[in-house]
Amino acid sequence: MANNESAVKPIGGPPSDVEHIKLESNYLRGALEATLQNPITGGLPEDDNRLLKFHGSYMQDDRDLRAERERSKLEPAFQFMLRVVAPGGVASAAQWLVMDKLAHQYGNGTLRLTTRQAFQMHGVLKWNLKKTIKTINDTLMTTLAACGDVNRNVMSSPNPYQSEVHSEVYEWARKLSDHLAPRTPAYHEIWLDGEKVVDSKADVEVEPIYGPVYLPRKFKIGLAVPPSNDVDVFSQDLGFIAILEDGKLAGFNVTVGGGMGMTHGDTNTYPQLGRVIGFARPEQIIEVAEKTVTIQRDYGNRSVRKNARFKYTIDRHGLEWFRGELHHRLGWELEAARAYHFDHNGDRYGWVKGYDGKWNLTLYIQSGRIQDQEGYLLMTGLREIAKIHTGDFRLTPNQNLIIGGVSSAKKRRIAELAKQYGLTDGAHHSALRRSALSCVALPTCGLAMAEAERYLPHLLDKLEPIIDKAGLRDEEIVIRMTGCPNGCARPALGEISFIGKSPGKYNMYLGAGFSGDRLNKLYKENIGEQEILETLEPMLHRYANERNSGEHFGDFVIRSGYVSAVTSGLNFHD
Amino acid sequence: MVQLQVTNSPFNESQAELLNRLLPTLTESQQIWLGGYLSAMSLRGAGAATAAGEQPAPAAAAQGTLPAAAAAAPPLSREVTVLFGSQTGNCQRLAASLSRKLEEQGFKVTVSAMNAFKPNTLKKVENLLILVSTHGEGEPPDNARAFHEFLHSKRAPQLESLRFSVLALGDTSYEFFCQTGKDFDERLEQLGGQRLSPRIDCDLDYDEPVADWFEQVLGALNGPQNAPQLADQAVAAAEKADEPQSPYSRNHPFHAEVLENLNLNGRGSDRETRHLELSLAGSGLTFEPGDSLGVYPENHPQLVADIIAAAGWNPDETVPFNKKGEEGTLREALLRHYEITVLTKPLLEQAAKLSGAPGLQALLAPEAQQELKSYIQGRDLLDLITDFGPWNVPASSFVAILRKLPARLYSISSSYNANPEEVHFTVRAVRYESHGRDRYGVCSVHCAERVQPGDTLPVYIQSNPNFKLPANPDVPVIMIGPGTGVAPFRSFLEERGEQGAGGKTWLFYGDRHFVTDFLYQTDWQRMLKEGVLNKLDVAFSRDTEEKVYVQHRILEHSKELFAWLQEGAHMYVCGDEKHMAHDVHAALLTVIQEEAGLSPEGAAAYLENLQQEQRYQRDVY
Repeated sequence: MANNESAVKPIGGPPSDVEHIKLESNYLRGALEATLQNPITGGLPEDDNRLLKFHGSYMQDDRDLRAERERSKLEPAFQFMLRVVAPGGVASAAQWLVMDKLAHQYGNGTLRLTTRQAFQMHGVLKWNLKKTIKTINDTLMTTLAACGDVNRNVMSSPNPYQSEVHSEVYEWARKLSDHLAPRTPAYHEIWLDGEKVVDSKADVEVEPIYGPVYLPRKFKIGLAVPPSNDVDVFSQDLGFIAILEDGKLAGFNVTVGGGMGMTHGDTNTYPQLGRVIGFARPEQIIEVAEKTVTIQRDYGNRSVRKNARFKYTIDRHGLEWFRGELHHRLGWELEAARAYHFDHNGDRYGWVKGYDGKWNLTLYIQSGRIQDQEGYLLMTGLREIAKIHTGDFRLTPNQNLIIGGVSSAKKRRIAELAKQYGLTDGAHHSALRRSALSCVALPTCGLAMAEAERYLPHLLDKLEPIIDKAGLRDEEIVIRMTGCPNGCARPALGEISFIGKSPGKYNMYLGAGFSGDRLNKLYKENIGEQEILETLEPMLHRYANERNSGEHFGDFVIRSGYVSAVTSGLNFHD
Repeated sequence: MVQLQVTNSPFNESQAELLNRLLPTLTESQQIWLGGYLSAMSLRGAGAATAAGEQPAPAAAAQGTLPAAAAAAPPLSREVTVLFGSQTGNCQRLAASLSRKLEEQGFKVTVSAMNAFKPNTLKKVENLLILVSTHGEGEPPDNARAFHEFLHSKRAPQLESLRFSVLALGDTSYEFFCQTGKDFDERLEQLGGQRLSPRIDCDLDYDEPVADWFEQVLGALNGPQNAPQLADQAVAAAEKADEPQSPYSRNHPFHAEVLENLNLNGRGSDRETRHLELSLAGSGLTFEPGDSLGVYPENHPQLVADIIAAAGWNPDETVPFNKKGEEGTLREALLRHYEITVLTKPLLEQAAKLSGAPGLQALLAPEAQQELKSYIQGRDLLDLITDFGPWNVPASSFVAILRKLPARLYSISSSYNANPEEVHFTVRAVRYESHGRDRYGVCSVHCAERVQPGDTLPVYIQSNPNFKLPANPDVPVIMIGPGTGVAPFRSFLEERGEQGAGGKTWLFYGDRHFVTDFLYQTDWQRMLKEGVLNKLDVAFSRDTEEKVYVQHRILEHSKELFAWLQEGAHMYVCGDEKHMAHDVHAALLTVIQEEAGLSPEGAAAYLENLQQEQRYQRDVY
């Protein structure tokens, strides 16, 4: 399928070990069936763990207990994270109740709403994986392709009730997700006892889009509806910006080559912004997505995984090459991009009435973690709401939750339940806290070098008195923290960001655009809490006193010379 | 070649069938080899049943050679048969020691485990000495069971010419104290035997009564005219002879430095199992896989303080530590020298003499047996002191009625060859509530809470000849050891790893939860990887809705397990006696019944035979 006339060749070099694992896996089967049953270990061999990701799960272990257990002659406390695909973050009340039940029955009693609008469940033991995945499938959701070198959960602006266009865009997100789902029967064989939820046609290639080795790396798609850039469309490998004309969806501007991840100390890796390459009508975007995926399949770097993301393919060969290759594969050309405007990427909290007369309640969820705590029964409250709710639940790209499609008749009862359980729109928090994002990190994530979810709230406790003093309590400043540079909380798009280096130490980045249209820049390296506070305090006071009218913090730090503006990942390390 | 049948051979149907299949396939040299091998095997079996490899002469022939001078009074026979029934090796060791004493005095001695003794020769025995322990609810040790059953059956012969004496080992804190010894004593009398000397029942602290019994038995065998020169040190000598290379023994424990003390259970477990590693450097102590470690613990300091306070004694008062004249403070005595956590009937009887409390007298009345039993259950010395005061006796008189603090035995969980000059053992902390108060296992909680690396523990080696790896490293081994019962198998496998043994190994393990209770998990994983362990089947009872235990895994692998047995595998069971060992035994019977197509009796005989051949060994407690 490669364009034989193209002058550009795929990058050489021997395929990485993961490529071998994929190739030998017989379409993601590997030895999973057997190793899942091995009763002597709660873990999986590395090869099968790699494959398990495609099935929506990562092997992890409680890193807090690692040393202690090793001493006790026990293997690490292996447990599995399960990620559930929810295109556009939409789940029914019935599905919510199933996730809640599974979290208690087989997980660690909490759920996590991810920055890609998916559900995450932690702490599932190997023996319970099959039961859990089966139950998820029984409720018409799936974990397939929630992780792995394939197209991931497709994001879209989660508030379809605000305009008819939103629900139309959501439908396209769902169709993209279905179209790009892996077709291998392995998933059904391993988890569903061979039951097939989708009939696979005979005499067809097993994976017509992906082929036997799938993609070189993960692939991310998001659909934004201006003026909100809540999905951070420029962080996506492939982005679609809805273009509204006369209140109707005319089509989408197409962006390519965005991505967050990098490696500390390796300037060949960098976050990058997607670039707009043209316009497509709604019914054309599935084809655009499919061809884009196949180009990355054929040209992505399969030798060095940290250079395998689509953004490097684009930057290596150039945007013009890509446009040509895409047009060649499509057999038609994109139209010229159309005008659009974003003004923020955060969420709007509280009750909002939709175009259809139904109500939506956006709740502030700290770090996306759904759990009951002493004095704050968030999980119970949401369960009680789900029991009577006739609309749906919508996970936002900022890890918050919308109780969506509430009829006027139910609004009072749901508002009462929200009040009874103290579920909050976050109004009593600072705008800074409401604009915060963090990844899971320790203790479960194997990649984390420092805390994120467990630490960011404490850092905010210390920052809030400073912003109060500066009079910035209601000023939205996008603040993000991750435990490693892989970018799960899209840290390169924070006006203030922290990326973990080692326990208690972070690189501090400043200056991303408030609407997600500019990357931030490294300001201080390897600093601890004390230095973070000492650095930010004068800066925030200056911002309070010296900002122009309506000027965002990210813009201010550039104008004031703290950092220079980064408009392309290629300048990120300058 | 003749077809073997039940009617024309001593074999049962399945044996005959197997032989009929095998024999025609053998080459001439194989036949010759097998013939030699089998005779050698049976010779070795016979040798084990005699002392010094000497066949006992038939009693009649021996008498015929006696000088005529003995005609006046019937001469005392100089032949003695010593039979022991031993689970942990105590009775076996004492039997060996007694035999040496007897031989030194010119007796002809046949010493044998009860299950190696041919019951049909009993009729010819004139002097029979029995040393036997009691287990659980008054049950005989494994190697005494068949003989015990035989004697109590209708097939038991009349034994008018038999003179006998019984030494019974037990523990007064059990209801059926020394029951097996009592059974033998009573039954031999019923069958017409005459006692050489009265039976002696020994409590945990058995050294003195054993010496007494030796003396009485020797006296009776020698007759009144030549009073015996009996060594009081018989028992000590026995232990010395047992471990000649080390000066340390049960009576002279080695103070071993603790190198490591860690919890094998993961965080979140409701159990705590300690793995301790001790240094044996400089002690000269060695051991074999299957042996046990005796550990002298200390009582809980809080319990000691509470007892002293409740009785109103002075902790610094000087009291005797033992009958040998050693003495020290009361606190020290109760910490290290006396048992204070168990109540026994004899103790209450003695205490009744020191207290005027009518309640205590009432409890000891013959008609109050049930009340006494339920009072003793789960109570300790503090209860006794508080419930039946005031105690108007000095502490020194009171401690004299207490039992000596006994050592606790733990299966050794390391191989000496794999870890020279070290010994590892495994102990689960026992903590429970009873009668409104927290109670602690003496040794287990001592190890769990008060022993740090750098401290020392008084220990000795207790060899256990009835729990040993096959001498041939190529013989397959099946090990069944849930919970702390897995400890000796770590030692077995470490040893096999050291030997580079070729025989297959198979371990069955179980506990409550996979995540937190998989004792020695990473050791087994490593051994599996290295091929030292070939199969590991696990059962975690609290992880699934239906509880699964090792016996379920045994039944699931029925076919393969039986095939291993047919290949000559040795099978070992270690752990809880009350439930596990019984359930496993029943599962093994089912396996044999189904796979060999045998009747329940046939399966029982098969297993009995394995036991006879030392191929089914148990260390259960």
